[in-house]
Amino acid sequence: MVEKRDIYLDNSATTRCFPEAAALMNELFLEDYGNPSAMHHRGVTAERRISQARKTLAGILKVKEKNICFTSCGTESDNLAIIGAAMAMQRRGKHLITTQIEHPAVLEAMKYLESLGFEVTRLGVDRDGLVSPQEAAAAVRPDTILVSVMHTNNIIGAVEPVEEIGRAVKAANPGLLFHVDAVQGFGKAQIYPRRMNIDLLSVSGHKIHGPKGTGFLYIADGVRLVPLMHGGGQQGGLRSGTENVPGIAGMALAAQMLYKDLDADREKLFAMKNRLIERLGTVPDIVFNGRTDETAAPHILSVRVHGVRAEVLLHALEDRRIFVSAGSACSSNHPRPSETLMAIGVPQKELENSIRISLSVMNTMEEMDEAADTIAELVPFLRRFVRK
Amino acid sequence: MNKYDAFLIKYAEIGIKGKNRHIFEEALVRQIRIALRPCEGRFNVIRTYGRVFVEAASDYDFEEVTEALSHVFGIWGICPVAEYDLMPLEQLCETAAAFMKSEYPDGGTAETAHTFKVRTRRMNKEYPRDSLEINAEVGHAVLEACPNLSVDVHKPEITFSIEVREKIYLYSQVIPGPGGLPVGVGGKCMLLLSGGIDSPVAGYMVAKRGVRIDAVYFNAPPYTSERALQKVVDLAREISVYTGPIRLHNINFTEIQLYIYEKCPHDELTIIMRRYMMRIAERLAKENECLGLITGESIGQVASQTLAALAVTNEVCTLPVFRPLIGFDKEEIVQVSKKIGTYETSILPYEDCCTIFVAKHPVTKPKADVIRKHEHYLDEKIEEMVERAIETDEIINVSTYRPQE
Repeated sequence: MVEKRDIYLDNSATTRCFPEAAALMNELFLEDYGNPSAMHHRGVTAERRISQARKTLAGILKVKEKNICFTSCGTESDNLAIIGAAMAMQRRGKHLITTQIEHPAVLEAMKYLESLGFEVTRLGVDRDGLVSPQEAAAAVRPDTILVSVMHTNNIIGAVEPVEEIGRAVKAANPGLLFHVDAVQGFGKAQIYPRRMNIDLLSVSGHKIHGPKGTGFLYIADGVRLVPLMHGGGQQGGLRSGTENVPGIAGMALAAQMLYKDLDADREKLFAMKNRLIERLGTVPDIVFNGRTDETAAPHILSVRVHGVRAEVLLHALEDRRIFVSAGSACSSNHPRPSETLMAIGVPQKELENSIRISLSVMNTMEEMDEAADTIAELVPFLRRFVRK
Repeated sequence: MNKYDAFLIKYAEIGIKGKNRHIFEEALVRQIRIALRPCEGRFNVIRTYGRVFVEAASDYDFEEVTEALSHVFGIWGICPVAEYDLMPLEQLCETAAAFMKSEYPDGGTAETAHTFKVRTRRMNKEYPRDSLEINAEVGHAVLEACPNLSVDVHKPEITFSIEVREKIYLYSQVIPGPGGLPVGVGGKCMLLLSGGIDSPVAGYMVAKRGVRIDAVYFNAPPYTSERALQKVVDLAREISVYTGPIRLHNINFTEIQLYIYEKCPHDELTIIMRRYMMRIAERLAKENECLGLITGESIGQVASQTLAALAVTNEVCTLPVFRPLIGFDKEEIVQVSKKIGTYETSILPYEDCCTIFVAKHPVTKPKADVIRKHEHYLDEKIEEMVERAIETDEIINVSTYRPQE
């Protein structure tokens, strides 16, 4: 019997590295291994790799190379943006605005700032998970220093109207900064920070087929941040610590590969997602959280299966070597339903019923069919056994 | 070089086991060797003069070695020993005083003053001075070197031991061991290990009486996750620090559980499930030369552990079922689990198969005849399911020095 191959549908958790990126990193670990701060030849060649990466990423965003600050992950990018900006601007005001559906990297950074005396407004969303630009503008006050809204929601794939939100909040208070967590959006959509009124943009490497332990933050001209890391003064003192040269190069190559054929890739992702929607839509009592048209992210589908706990379905799929995510991290001892699902008004009883299927360009249409068939096959069985 | 050349192992109960004494001592030596395997350095574990010595044959890490020894059941105390060639009494006084000064450097302040006595054993009758003389002279020298120590020959806080054999041995500290009997002298039992707080403690307590442990875990994929199994493997590894290697039987219980769910009254699900777990555990126990079962049950802790429920669960077994926690309160169990180091793992939030379909109001006073009757609803398939569960038993060998991936 031929060994069944994994069907990996958890690409919003992390992606498989592009082999090209892995090969490039291998070369850098073994050959161009110098410290980019060193004065000798090895240092110079390493530094050149970073400059190349910076150039690639700046080109994708249509920004200047000096606007790119490399970090260790999306979480660090978010923390540097939010805490760094709050610290730098606290004399101007201590009010921040975010949404109820942000990633914990944003929500927890905000909570930390609250403990330091900052005030945070958390905007609600409609049933599709969308933030209203008008509501965002209405929440702005003279002492508002930062607004943080994600580009693409990681649970249901809602794509926020960041351009409109940026315009609206800046009209209300031109002095504030606009941060966008684009960890799920980058690599799946064209994002032009300058055109979209974005001052700070967070990206993670491993969500775009680059390596784990990499990320970057776009920082607009004239924006001052207080660093989180103190040390050797690398990256203009904003992020001390020897640069992860292989990781940075691998991330940039992965980004370059994704943006080479972005439109075609988006089309492919949407086609796969639509196939899932079509096939799963025929299973009784399955609904999709958020929008299912092409205003949503091409790669995230949140599926609510009535009468089946997501965790159980996840493990049952795992048994068939299909890997998805539970829409919420939950367990009997520590119920922690997803903030996003609560915010879009999923009934209390169904908070544990959502799985997330997230795609990448490495998936195929055959995998969609198999995943949909398998879910359709498993669900009736699993529905027979529920906690009474 | 290390300050101590050897460790004298004190054991309590082995000493009173009459003609079986050598069996216990051999088991103790074997368990000590196993415990020292992961430690840096080379050691000779020897039985001599009716006692067990751990001699360091190289440099070693004192903390690592005493920690490893303090997990070996059967050890009551561990005395770090300094070893010297024979020497005249005057020189012995100097050496002994220096030894005590380094043992109790803060014997210097009045607040921490200790009382002590010297106890000499002179097995080597060629040594020219007798033990009373040595006691007196050394005691005097120690007093001069450590002015804040004082002598109390009746109830000393510190007993400074001097043994004169073909060499001279000095020791005064006793690091407490876990007590009990060396693992292996009491045969083997099958522990029903869940991911909870209680069952690892129950395994620890029975192992402490010299019993080797095999364990069985009832897994219910896809209702439980791979991490739940990993948690149980981790717990088994944590108690294997005390018990030595454990064979963990991973039994897939899903089919049986779902069958009970479909066929039997819902409020009896847990109790019937427990009965099948006991039956399977007993089968495994008998196939693996175990003389009994161990569970972490404690009267009244949950519905399936009322006296009535325990009686109904118990009747399916012919092997004795040991429940060392039967009279413990939860808090007492938690204390032991913290002491032996399983608590942190136990409270990780992965579901085990006992909680997934649990009824809101399970029976608390099940009647055996009623339960037996309802079990007949399972007659059609349950036997083949039990056979299949036992046939597909996955054995995981767990030990501290060969970590499982």
